[in-house]
Amino acid sequence: MPVQLFITCLVNSLYPDVGKATVALLERAGFEVEFPRDQTCCGQPAYNGGFHAEAGEQVRQTLDVLDATEGPIVVPSGSCAAMLIDHAPELVAAEPEYSAKAARVAGRTRELTQFLVAESGIDLGPVDCGRATYHASCHSLRWLDVLDQPKALLDGAGVERVELDGEDECCGFGGLFAIKSPEISAAMLHTKIDRIVASDAGVVTGVDVACLMHISAGLRRREVPIAVKHIAEVLAGSPE
Amino acid sequence: MTTFRSRIQEAFAEGVPISIDLGARGRSERRAAAAAAFPQMEAMRDRARVIRAGTIANLDDYLDAFADAAQRSGSTVFFAADAAEARNYIVDLARREQVTRAVKVKSMVTEEIGLNAALAAAGVETVETDLGEFIVQLAGETPAHFVAPAIHMDRYQIAELFVDKLGVGYTDDPVELTGIARRHLRPRFLTAEMGISGVNFGVADDGSIALVTNEGNGLLCTTVPRIHVAVMGMERLVPTRSDLAVMLEVLARSASGQGLTSYTSIVNGPRRPGEPDGPDQLHLVIVDNGRSATLGSTVAEILYCIRCGACLNVCPVYRHLGGHPYGSVYAGPVGAVITPSLYGLEEWHDLPATSSLCGACAEVCPVRIDIPSLLVELRRQSVDRSPPSISAGVRLFAALTTRPRLYRFVTRALGWLGRLWSRDGWMRRMPLVLGSWTRDRDLPSPAAETFNDWWRRSRGA
Repeated sequence: MPVQLFITCLVNSLYPDVGKATVALLERAGFEVEFPRDQTCCGQPAYNGGFHAEAGEQVRQTLDVLDATEGPIVVPSGSCAAMLIDHAPELVAAEPEYSAKAARVAGRTRELTQFLVAESGIDLGPVDCGRATYHASCHSLRWLDVLDQPKALLDGAGVERVELDGEDECCGFGGLFAIKSPEISAAMLHTKIDRIVASDAGVVTGVDVACLMHISAGLRRREVPIAVKHIAEVLAGSPE
Repeated sequence: MTTFRSRIQEAFAEGVPISIDLGARGRSERRAAAAAAFPQMEAMRDRARVIRAGTIANLDDYLDAFADAAQRSGSTVFFAADAAEARNYIVDLARREQVTRAVKVKSMVTEEIGLNAALAAAGVETVETDLGEFIVQLAGETPAHFVAPAIHMDRYQIAELFVDKLGVGYTDDPVELTGIARRHLRPRFLTAEMGISGVNFGVADDGSIALVTNEGNGLLCTTVPRIHVAVMGMERLVPTRSDLAVMLEVLARSASGQGLTSYTSIVNGPRRPGEPDGPDQLHLVIVDNGRSATLGSTVAEILYCIRCGACLNVCPVYRHLGGHPYGSVYAGPVGAVITPSLYGLEEWHDLPATSSLCGACAEVCPVRIDIPSLLVELRRQSVDRSPPSISAGVRLFAALTTRPRLYRFVTRALGWLGRLWSRDGWMRRMPLVLGSWTRDRDLPSPAAETFNDWWRRSRGA
């Protein structure tokens, strides 16, 4: 069965290795991966910021690209998946043609770990990344109910996993929020980092690169030597 | 008035009291435990939402029914269009009845209308009788939380405050501090001519009002003084007492993790002939003050709110910032919707902007208000007030991402540039709008090769 990869703008530009690991994982699980190259951004930052005209343009572009394809759409980022599933249909609700496209695309879209657990089970082979902890990104957790799937995948791969105290508390990213309210955003990030340090893990992982970017940016500024890896990188093992 | 931005900076410069985070966390944990111990919690939340939605959808009818029933049971009902009308009515009443002393039960709507200052100006000594609110009043402050007004103070500060304002000896023992407040308040309950309360819920079909407290002060304020004034936001109704029972189930658990508060008072009219106690007069002041406009707006759902404070307790922004910087009686996630909907986005658009949209609030709201969606809706309405640099950035990015070929070219070029200006993939200082990112965080630089280019190079399609 072919799966369509919606890679997200952040993975495309900042974390291509997460994309490569995602491809490797999906192929290891037996899927044929296709990547529609005209995809760009789902429109989430504009949508959350209240720029709905701009978000609408991005959503229509994304729907045109994805609706022309077949099979499940897999996204290595919970918040972008939630954008396609929940908010895109709402943004184009007044346009019959795009409304139909949005409904079809929303029905096909899955966050990566959601898809892997539902479609291929949790046995993707063992990995050893040292002691790891999982940060539950807000949109994955609360909009998509993604929490047990990534943990099951990590546990299934034999990862030594420690629970993160306050795993469901926001890291303070929130897109434009991090720039518009830097003091509060940074205070939230410090709380998150304190918890990660206290977990005594060598690796922090999650399903959303935006949150992981924020956490790694804070760890680096504080010079804390804890690695940050997207779950696809953890599960894929060493890069190709 | 100062801007939210400047109030936030000031709060961080002074240091946000740790007691806020500790208090809010403790309350969240108690709420979670109470919800877990009550198998019907989720079903009750569903019912509570249906009750509130039905009430708000037919609020005019329920208000008429409530007012009629309250008048039949002997209460005087006054509809106040705005804060000034509500204040003036109560101040005039106090003057007419020669009231010089009033006692109050904690109430957000009386804070909203600025009642204490108006009564003080009219020469009425007004004493808050909820312990937390009493502390806040002594300190000359406003509540920092719907349910825990003094959440921002620790017991050592309260001990100093009591020494300073009440002339007692120093003690930081919570039991002794409570005893001091109790001894101070007791004679005031007994001598006040007017008791002032809020209303947790008004029951439309019989005109009763329900009040919940944990200290019994509500019962004293509404029965001992000869005049009881109950101030109610016009949305705080439920149709029947059965509906009230559902709301009480979720309110106490959400607010304080209790199955039921220590005192739940249901008041129906003033003292009737032959009854041993209760006030001679009961005045119900029903406050609009922007609520009608909210009712007709796209954020009308916020009127379902029952002021439990659960969303404040779980909110990471509230926990790290506290309540006062919001600049309004209503803080936290729900306050960031209530305040601009009552007072207008022009002055208050920064409140809904200040959220990471993490959704923790919606997860605990007893009436399942979709607060993140309401915040986004208010952002949409005030998008023209965004900082120009952010608007320009969003528009530029939208223009780029709707042109796939240009997007591929520009992202490729950013990869080249990133290699030039970053050190090991990171940037430490950025100019302009990105400077607020690099104040506390490094910024990752674009990768040398985009995923899109890697795909074409390795897969050829």
